[in-house]
Amino acid sequence: MTRRVAILGAGPAGLAAAEAALSAGADVVVLDEGERIGGQYWRHHEQLTDRRMQHQHARFARLGRVAEAATVHREASVWRVDTAHGIRVHALVGPADGSDREALTIDADALVIATGAHDRALPVPGWTLPGVITAGAAQALAKRDGAIVGERTVVAGSGPFLLPVADSIALAGGSVAEVVEAAGVAAIARGWGRAPWQLAGVAGKAGELAQYAGGLLRRRTPFRFGQAVTRIHGQGHVEAVTVQHVDAQWRPVAGTERTVTCDSVALGHGFTPRLEAAIQAGCDLSPERFVVVDDRQATSVASVFAAGEVTGIGGADTALAEGAVAGFAAAGGSLDDRRISGAVRARKRMHAFATRLATHAIGPGWTGWLDEDTIICRCESVTRARLSEYAAASSRAMRLATRAGLGACQGRTCGRTVETLIAADVDFDRRPVLSSIRIGELARLHHAEHKEQE
Amino acid sequence: MRTVVIGAGAVGAACALALTEAGAEVIVLDRAGVAAETSSRCEGNILVSDKGPGPEADLAILANRTWRELAKRLDDEPAPGRPATEFEAKGGVVVAFGAGAGALEEFAATQRAIGIRAVPVSAAELRELEPHLSDAVDAGVHYPDDAQVQPSLATQAMLAHALRLGAEFRIAEVIGARHAHGRITGVDTSDGVVEADAVVNCAGPWAGAVAELLGGRLDIRPRRGVILVTTPMRQRVFHKVYDADYVGAVGSADAALQTSTVVESTPAGTVLIGSSRERVGFSAEDMLPPLAEIAAKATRLFPFLADTMLLRSYFGFRPYTPDHLPAIGEDGDVAGLFHAAGHEGAGIGLAPTTGELIAHAVLGSPAPLDPTPFLPTRAGLRSAA
Repeated sequence: MTRRVAILGAGPAGLAAAEAALSAGADVVVLDEGERIGGQYWRHHEQLTDRRMQHQHARFARLGRVAEAATVHREASVWRVDTAHGIRVHALVGPADGSDREALTIDADALVIATGAHDRALPVPGWTLPGVITAGAAQALAKRDGAIVGERTVVAGSGPFLLPVADSIALAGGSVAEVVEAAGVAAIARGWGRAPWQLAGVAGKAGELAQYAGGLLRRRTPFRFGQAVTRIHGQGHVEAVTVQHVDAQWRPVAGTERTVTCDSVALGHGFTPRLEAAIQAGCDLSPERFVVVDDRQATSVASVFAAGEVTGIGGADTALAEGAVAGFAAAGGSLDDRRISGAVRARKRMHAFATRLATHAIGPGWTGWLDEDTIICRCESVTRARLSEYAAASSRAMRLATRAGLGACQGRTCGRTVETLIAADVDFDRRPVLSSIRIGELARLHHAEHKEQE
Repeated sequence: MRTVVIGAGAVGAACALALTEAGAEVIVLDRAGVAAETSSRCEGNILVSDKGPGPEADLAILANRTWRELAKRLDDEPAPGRPATEFEAKGGVVVAFGAGAGALEEFAATQRAIGIRAVPVSAAELRELEPHLSDAVDAGVHYPDDAQVQPSLATQAMLAHALRLGAEFRIAEVIGARHAHGRITGVDTSDGVVEADAVVNCAGPWAGAVAELLGGRLDIRPRRGVILVTTPMRQRVFHKVYDADYVGAVGSADAALQTSTVVESTPAGTVLIGSSRERVGFSAEDMLPPLAEIAAKATRLFPFLADTMLLRSYFGFRPYTPDHLPAIGEDGDVAGLFHAAGHEGAGIGLAPTTGELIAHAVLGSPAPLDPTPFLPTRAGLRSAA
C-alpha cells in the first residue's frame, strides 16, 4: 500500500523531502503558509524578483516540479498536529485575513517537519524606531517586492547571512553604509580557518558566499568585524547608529563608540528554529533547543521526521540534504538505497559547515548595551527593568505580571531574549493551537465531528 | 509555631498570609515558583452564582466579602515585584436557552433563600446588560456579587504581602517527611530538611500525592480545563456571562468531557472563553474536542465571537474531590499535617477564607465559619472511588 507522507514547509528542506518521498513511491502532501513555495530562501515573485538574488535557481526550478506529482497546499496555516492516535494535521487554507478559509484535515502515515527558522534580532536601545527591521525582513522585501527600507542601511548582527542581506539591499537599489559583524577576526579565523567566503570544499556554499563578498568589495561597502550596533538614534525615524567594538563575549568596549549616519538598520543575530509544530507533535528537543533526530532524520516520535533549521541552524544546503534523507526515510526508503547516497554524503559535508556557524553564536555580553528602559517585548512594550522586577517569579507568573510575550506575536519575537534576561526557560513555543484561527473556524470542527457521529 | 506551607498557588499564598498575620513563622515551599500551575491557568473566578445551598455556598458568600477587603488592602500598597490583583466586581449574568429558563429560575430561588443576590432579568434588561448577546437567549439571572481577579497576579500579591510580613519563600520540591511520636516534625526537600511544628499541604491537583508522601491520606484528582483567549478588542462583553448548564457541569462526577460556556472580558481587552472539565489524569493529549466544543458553544451565546481571532489557549488541572467540597483541616492519621486543597474551579474565590480556616486549625485563631463540613476526615473523602 502506498505510504502517505505529509510535509510541513515548502522551503529547501520541505521541497527536497517531497522530491525524495515521491521518488520512493509515496503519496505526498505539502503544506506551506506562503503564497508561493520556496520558503524564505527562495522567496520570490514572478514579476518583481531580481533573478540575481535567486541563488541555486536551477535547483529550485527542479524541486518546484514536485508540485506536479505531490499535492501542495499554499497559504495553508497548520494549526494543530496530533500524533497520539496516528498522524493527523489540521490546517486552514486561504488568505490569513480571509473569512472563508477551507478547513483541511490530513491523515498521514509519516510526517516531515521542515518548518525552518525565524531570523532573530537582539534588542538595542532605539530599535523600536521606524526604519529598523530584521535582516530577514529586509531580504524578503528586496527579494519578493524589489523594495528597500531606506536609502542608506546599516546591516548589523552576526553570521554569514549578513552577506546576502547586504547584497540583496544593494541589488534592490539601496546603499549599504556598513556591514557590522559581532564576531571578531580572530574568532572567525579560528572557526573557519579563513574568511567564510574562502571556505573550500563546501560546494555551493563557498561560491555563493564569495559572490556576496565580491559584491561588497565592488561597492566598497565597509565590513566591520568584532563590532556591533549598540544604540540607534533618531527623532521619529532612524537618523544614525552608534557602532562600537565588542569583546569575544560581545561585551561593548567603552571608548570605541563611533556614529554612522543612516536612515535604516537591518538587524540579524542568527536564527531561532520554529519548533511549535515539533513540540506539539511530541518530539524531544536537545538542550540547545533543536529537534533531536537520528541518521534517518527520525525524531523521538514514531513516523515523525524533521529536517532543516529545526534540527540545527545550517543554511539551505544543509536543509536540502537533510530534507532529502527525511523524505526518503519517511516514505519507507532505506539509507542503503543508492538513490539517497548522494544526499547522505552532502549532509555530512554540510554539517561541517553548520558546525562553523557556532563562531557567530550570540555572546552573553550583549545585554551590556541595553538600557533599563529598553523595550524587550515590543507587542506589550515591556522594558528590561520591568522584566528584572519579576525575574525571580515562576515563568508563568513573570509573564502574566509583565505581559512579556502575551501580545500579538505570542513571544515569537522576544521569547529567547526574555529567557536570556530572566535566566529561565519560559517555553514560549509550547502552545495548544499553532497559528491564528477564528473562534468560528474552531467551532466548525465541533459541528463537523458531531455531524459524523449522528 | 513554625509552619511549612507546600505550594505557592492561590490557596498556599492565602494560607501563608493568614498564618503569618496570625503570628506563625511561615516557610512556603514550591517546586516551580509562585502561581506556576493551576492558579495561572484559570479565570480567577470569585463566584456565588454557581453555588447551590450548602457548605460550599456558605464558604463562597463569606469569601466573596473577604476578597473585597483583601484586594483593597493588597492594591493600596503597590511595591516593586508585587502586581495589582486586577480585582473587578463586575457581576455575573447567567442565561438560559428555551426550556432551561425554568430550571435556572428555580435554582436562583434557592440561592436567594440563603442570601445570595440573584435578580431575574427580562429579555429587554438582558440586552441592556449585554447588548451583544444572541437573540436566542430570552431569560437570565443577574448576580451583582460575582467578581474576578487576575489569578496569577492576585496570588503573587498575596504571597508578596506575606513575605513582607516576615514569611519566607523557597523553591524546593518536597520529597519526604520527618515524623516523631505520630507527629510530623518536618519535610525533606530537594534542598535539604525543613523542620516544622505544622505542615500545610496546598499542592492543588498534586495534593493527594503530597499527602501520601507525608504519610497522610487525601483523595484528590486532576480535572483538566481549557480556556481560549481572543485577540484584544473594543469591550463587547461586560459581565461574566455563563450558560446555565455551568451549574450542572461543576457538580458532576462524570469523567467524560463536559463544557459549559463562560465568556468575559479582561482589562487587557482580550475575551476569555471557558470552560471544559475532563478527568483525563495529567494528560496533554486530545485537546481538540474541548477546544472546538467551547468555541461552538461560545459563538451560540455571542455570535460576534465567530469572527474574532484566537490569540492563545491554555489548559490546567483543577484539584477535584469526589464529593465536590474542598478539604480543609488536619489529616486523620498524621498529627500536625493539615490539608487545604480540592477546591476544583473555586480555589481563587475561596482562598482567603480557606486561609482563615487553616489559621484556625493550626493556631486556634477564630474560625470564620463552622469548619466541620470541610474536614479531610469526612466520610465523603475516605471512600475509595
